[in-house]
Amino acid sequence: MSHKEAAIREPLILGHKTYHEITEDVCKPIEDKAPRMWYILFAIALIIGLYGVGCIFYLLGTGIGVWGLNKTVGWAWDITNFVWWVGIGHAGTLISAVLLLFRQKWRMAINRSAEAMTIFAVFMAGLFPLIHMGRLWVGYWTLPLPNHFGSLWVNFNSPLLWDVFAISTYLSVSLVFWYIGLIPDFATIRDRMKKPVPKKMYNILSFGWSGRAKHWNRFELVSLVLAGVATPLVFSVHSIVSFDFATSVIPGWHTTIFPPYFVAGAVFSGFAMVQTLLLVMRKAMKLEAYIHTKHVEYMNIVIMVTGSIVGVAYLTELFVSWYSGVEYEAYAFINRATGPYWWAYWSMMTCNVISPQLMWFRKLRRSLLFTFVISIVVNIGMWFERYVIIVTSIHRDYLPSSWSMHFPSHIDLGVYIGTIGLFFVFFLLFARFFPVLALNELKTILKSSGESYKNDTAPVHPYFAKNGHAGHDHHDDNNHNH
Amino acid sequence: MADTVIYAMYDDDDVLKDGAKKLVAKGVKVAEVFSPFPIHGIDPIIGVKQTRLGIMAFLYGLTGLMLATIGMRYFMIEDWPMDIGGKPNETYLDNVLAFIPISFEFTVLCAAHGMAITYLLRNKTLPGMPAQNPDPRTTDDKFVMEFRMSENSQFTTAELQAMLNETGMIELDQKEIH
Repeated sequence: MSHKEAAIREPLILGHKTYHEITEDVCKPIEDKAPRMWYILFAIALIIGLYGVGCIFYLLGTGIGVWGLNKTVGWAWDITNFVWWVGIGHAGTLISAVLLLFRQKWRMAINRSAEAMTIFAVFMAGLFPLIHMGRLWVGYWTLPLPNHFGSLWVNFNSPLLWDVFAISTYLSVSLVFWYIGLIPDFATIRDRMKKPVPKKMYNILSFGWSGRAKHWNRFELVSLVLAGVATPLVFSVHSIVSFDFATSVIPGWHTTIFPPYFVAGAVFSGFAMVQTLLLVMRKAMKLEAYIHTKHVEYMNIVIMVTGSIVGVAYLTELFVSWYSGVEYEAYAFINRATGPYWWAYWSMMTCNVISPQLMWFRKLRRSLLFTFVISIVVNIGMWFERYVIIVTSIHRDYLPSSWSMHFPSHIDLGVYIGTIGLFFVFFLLFARFFPVLALNELKTILKSSGESYKNDTAPVHPYFAKNGHAGHDHHDDNNHNH
Repeated sequence: MADTVIYAMYDDDDVLKDGAKKLVAKGVKVAEVFSPFPIHGIDPIIGVKQTRLGIMAFLYGLTGLMLATIGMRYFMIEDWPMDIGGKPNETYLDNVLAFIPISFEFTVLCAAHGMAITYLLRNKTLPGMPAQNPDPRTTDDKFVMEFRMSENSQFTTAELQAMLNETGMIELDQKEIH
């Protein structure tokens, strides 16, 4: 056939699938009744999420004194969880934007759910700075609005304000990128749906999409340009998150290495979360033909590379703290490794430096069970990384009389666990009602990367069998956008 | 204006593209193609021009950059200059480094949302709009070419149908619009 790519590349869609079968495979779980397991998981996630919401209400009603903060450690789990969730929220847009620019076709099986994951993770992240204000209802004060304080503006010199702009831009652009891709797939569900109420719902969601040639032309350009602007956005967001620390003068935070180190860490943890979710989802929703070992392997390679960058950054930090000759800087790092928080430091080192190196073994990085375990280990490690950076740097003040420890309260714990619950509530709803694969985009790679097309077992279309194939003149395919 | 519309349905994108090429060579005008996914290379055949939304995105981005610059200059330099640890705050240029992150974010914000809104408006795809594809299967695995007899007045309906029959189409539908 005409669309062939190098035979040596593993197929991205296994077995023989037709266009219709792709539609069926993705739409069936939405049209059928949800399995009992879905209800069980949803109930568990909802209970945990509601407990978290309860803790948040208690916090708002009482004040942030209910957290285990003290005068030395004034920033702990709240900012740790914020950075952790934002980091997790970095994989989706990286997959859909950066991999689109690099023409990585394997992204199409995972981009939809990775982006959904991203959006939900950024929701969870955004919650922490908001509730940290104590008075949630004045959250809009972070925006430069004319006001009755003689127009006292927000401080544009502050990295915390840069964060407001970065996170809200990232969230809204990711949301738009995700939704524009969803519109044609909602149209597919709309046109298949028999029941009147869901049909009406999907009709609204699909915006009346009809699949005209001109619309597809615009669709492809809009996707490309959004990918182009979202790519630097992905890198800028976590750079700015790292500025929250790097522009301060606390030993252990005041480091020029932070932006690339944070970005690599974010991608590292984001891909790990994608692995955790997709390994379960592909089984539960029977999508093994679309998300298989090769996709897992590609993602593991990303985890290995970004994990190595993070490892190098840890070692560079240690070296520079010694080489700088600043005793406070050196102490911050000696204290991390050997002080009272040594267990957090060494958990972080084990989870983030050693575990991704195991991915050099082909057998391991193609093992789904191993990947699942490592993906969880990585996210535990990345949580500890933020905790180590934040708490160990501030719990030893310049004045030894101010030295302190941080002990989380049960509200700290409740809010954190609650966000995990809410995240899964959102993700489960997404998996139930939204097309979890970019089904129409997948159809565009079927003939080039489908297994049966690659090994010539796919039946030749009767029209071409009769007339000979006229698809050799693919010169016009070289300058299209996808 | 009364017109006769002919819909020819195909079950493969390459067959449709091959057919479109042959029909256009014979002087037939293809009014529209409905497909479940973008058929690469169909646009030049049926005469769909490349969209200019990219230029719009650039202009929206430029607007965002300008607004951010004007805004931050007003807030931080003109209206309420702050003295933070003796750092210079009198001119925009002294402080511009601190303004770069937000200038960038706001540029991206305006470019992305401006383009997305323009895209939805130009497509007339908005919440609640009715679907216009001639057959529900065109969002699944079928591909439809639309012809308008008013644009193909040199052929009779029968002639066009005879030509279509040679292109491997699977179904034909005819509709009168008023």
